[in-house]
Amino acid sequence: MKRKTGGPMSAGLGAVFMRGNRFRHNFLTALLLAPATAWLVVFLVLPFIAIAVFSVGERAPEGGYQAAFTLAQYANLPARATAFWNTMMLAPVGALACLLVAYPVAYYLALKAPQRWRLILLALVVIPFWTSLLMRTYAWMYILGGRGIPALLAFIGIEDVRLINTPGAVLLGIVYGYLPLMILPIYVSLERLDRRLLEASADLGATPLSTFLGVTLKLSLPGVMTGFSLVMILLLGEYLIPTLLGGGKVFFIGNALVDLFLQSRNWPFGSAIAITLVAVSVVVLIAANRISTRVSGTRRVDLI
Amino acid sequence: MSKSYRDGLPISPEKFVDQLMRLKRGSIGRRDFLGLTGLGIATAVMAREIGIMPTPAFAAENLGDRMSIATWPNYHDPQTFENFKKDTGVAVEVNVFGSNEEMLAKLQAGASGWSLFVPTNYTISTYKKLGIIDPLDMAKLPNFDGSQEDPRFTSEGTIDGTTYAVPKNWGTTGFAVNTKKLTKPMTSWKEFWDTAMTEGDGRTMVHDYQLTTIGNALKYYGYSFNSLKQDELAKAEELLLKVKPHLFAVSSDYQPGMRAGDAWMTMCWTNDGAQLHRDIPEIAYVLGKEGGEIWTDFYAIPKDAPNKPAGYALLNYLMNPEVAVKEHLANGAPSTDARVNKLLPKEVLDNPILYPAADLLTPLEFGAAATLTDPGRAELMARFKSA
Repeated sequence: MKRKTGGPMSAGLGAVFMRGNRFRHNFLTALLLAPATAWLVVFLVLPFIAIAVFSVGERAPEGGYQAAFTLAQYANLPARATAFWNTMMLAPVGALACLLVAYPVAYYLALKAPQRWRLILLALVVIPFWTSLLMRTYAWMYILGGRGIPALLAFIGIEDVRLINTPGAVLLGIVYGYLPLMILPIYVSLERLDRRLLEASADLGATPLSTFLGVTLKLSLPGVMTGFSLVMILLLGEYLIPTLLGGGKVFFIGNALVDLFLQSRNWPFGSAIAITLVAVSVVVLIAANRISTRVSGTRRVDLI
Repeated sequence: MSKSYRDGLPISPEKFVDQLMRLKRGSIGRRDFLGLTGLGIATAVMAREIGIMPTPAFAAENLGDRMSIATWPNYHDPQTFENFKKDTGVAVEVNVFGSNEEMLAKLQAGASGWSLFVPTNYTISTYKKLGIIDPLDMAKLPNFDGSQEDPRFTSEGTIDGTTYAVPKNWGTTGFAVNTKKLTKPMTSWKEFWDTAMTEGDGRTMVHDYQLTTIGNALKYYGYSFNSLKQDELAKAEELLLKVKPHLFAVSSDYQPGMRAGDAWMTMCWTNDGAQLHRDIPEIAYVLGKEGGEIWTDFYAIPKDAPNKPAGYALLNYLMNPEVAVKEHLANGAPSTDARVNKLLPKEVLDNPILYPAADLLTPLEFGAAATLTDPGRAELMARFKSA
């Protein structure tokens, strides 16, 4: 550490100067943080407070919100138990499916792909992400719909196959939609991997498989956990893909929210569900972080 | 609006992308897609392009240069708004909606920005009660002639002698069947639901709308479409839960599925039935003989409309039979106005989808305001969808 001020003679002066400096430092920090703080307060904290207030209110006779103080909305939560259950099943299963597809891709990109192709291949993963998920999901509706793949199958003699509005279509949509969010963190952690460790492992007589399991996989776990929780949290609020590719027959908590706010216009009950969903997401996030810290020490890949 | 050198030029790629991004940043509700792809994007781009052109000097009253209307998908002849713009200098921005509840939610929240909108009969009393629509100043609507309207369809626009809304068109809720795939002739809701569980297994769609889905399930047992009785709703729920695993989809966006041949049978509104049958003749439209829903869509003006003069001007324009007849030819729903019916070609008036036989119309019921806002029916629908 270097001392900023001169010798002991100027110590008193230095203390005064330092105090001014600290003030300036704090002031600068506050100034720099102000826009982000204002943004978060206006667009996150205030709406959240509004939702919290709504959630203890009552539905007005014509729908909407009516001031009250009651916990009836929370007591009514079991009425959407199926939706919660479906969501709690979809989120980990979808994230796992995503992981199974994403890991080999990330592995190839980080360790096998030729250096000069790497950037282009990475761009190919990311660029589709710039298009709205809605557009891409609608495209899948046509690919899976009667004029898409089933029409090709009919051409070779397999008639009346139905792909759209099946659980498989929903899973496909989820994997497709969230793949980049899984590939990127895994890619980052694999890319940082020290190749000498792999060589050392091979020199010491490990087979490629045991090197992969013992070294590569273990060291990429932080990326895996980051991608997993990222995808899972987004899936907790998913409603678009089940609606479009599942035909609205599978009811997730996101669908329950849309119906409560836009159809039956029961804002207080919708708010209570939204608050519960936030609480659940926080718990999931904390649990995922705990697990990732435990399995991988302190190293983490922070994308969020 | 400043005049730029770009005026009158076709839209540039940058501008198009800019416009697309602007739309994309908005909400991405499942039904908004209709708006994004259909009239919404076309008219938004158009309104923006046209809107920057100078206003013709002959606009008599101060109508401003733009207004916006909230309506349903595929519900207007786009040429109508172009012509209105040519006559008055007012560019019309079209907002497309998927349900009355969404419209109500938006109006209730305030500052919707609409100067005219298209509510369905059963919502008008609610709008009046909440005080979010204006009584209409009939002096500003000389083109409207109440004596030419069929009172069966138009009565719900008038509350206690005050007119709050004037009719656009009426229609029915029946079901559409692909008769090549489901060859057995059907005439009733009982057959609709029974077929959904047998020959139509995995190929049947119901609306994502409690009013019609529960209403038509009630019809299976011959109960009222508007029933709020506990025991009758319980029977309807039992039927719906039994049918659920056999359904292709629960969605009000049924035209794509029917057109692609994925769905063979769906609950269907008149105008969609007419459009499907026109393009794919083997798709038939059936009214259940037990009854079901009859409806009228109205025009109304919100209390907080930002441009009431333009709202009235457009409404009066749309009430001109010469204009209205083109609207009916484009959207396919039948007219309430005798003057318009006189101008419609014979094949339209003879089309049984649009103008069903009287004995099929008699048992139909108008949806009631209480049916739409009943919390019990909303919860039933949620249980059906989550089952």
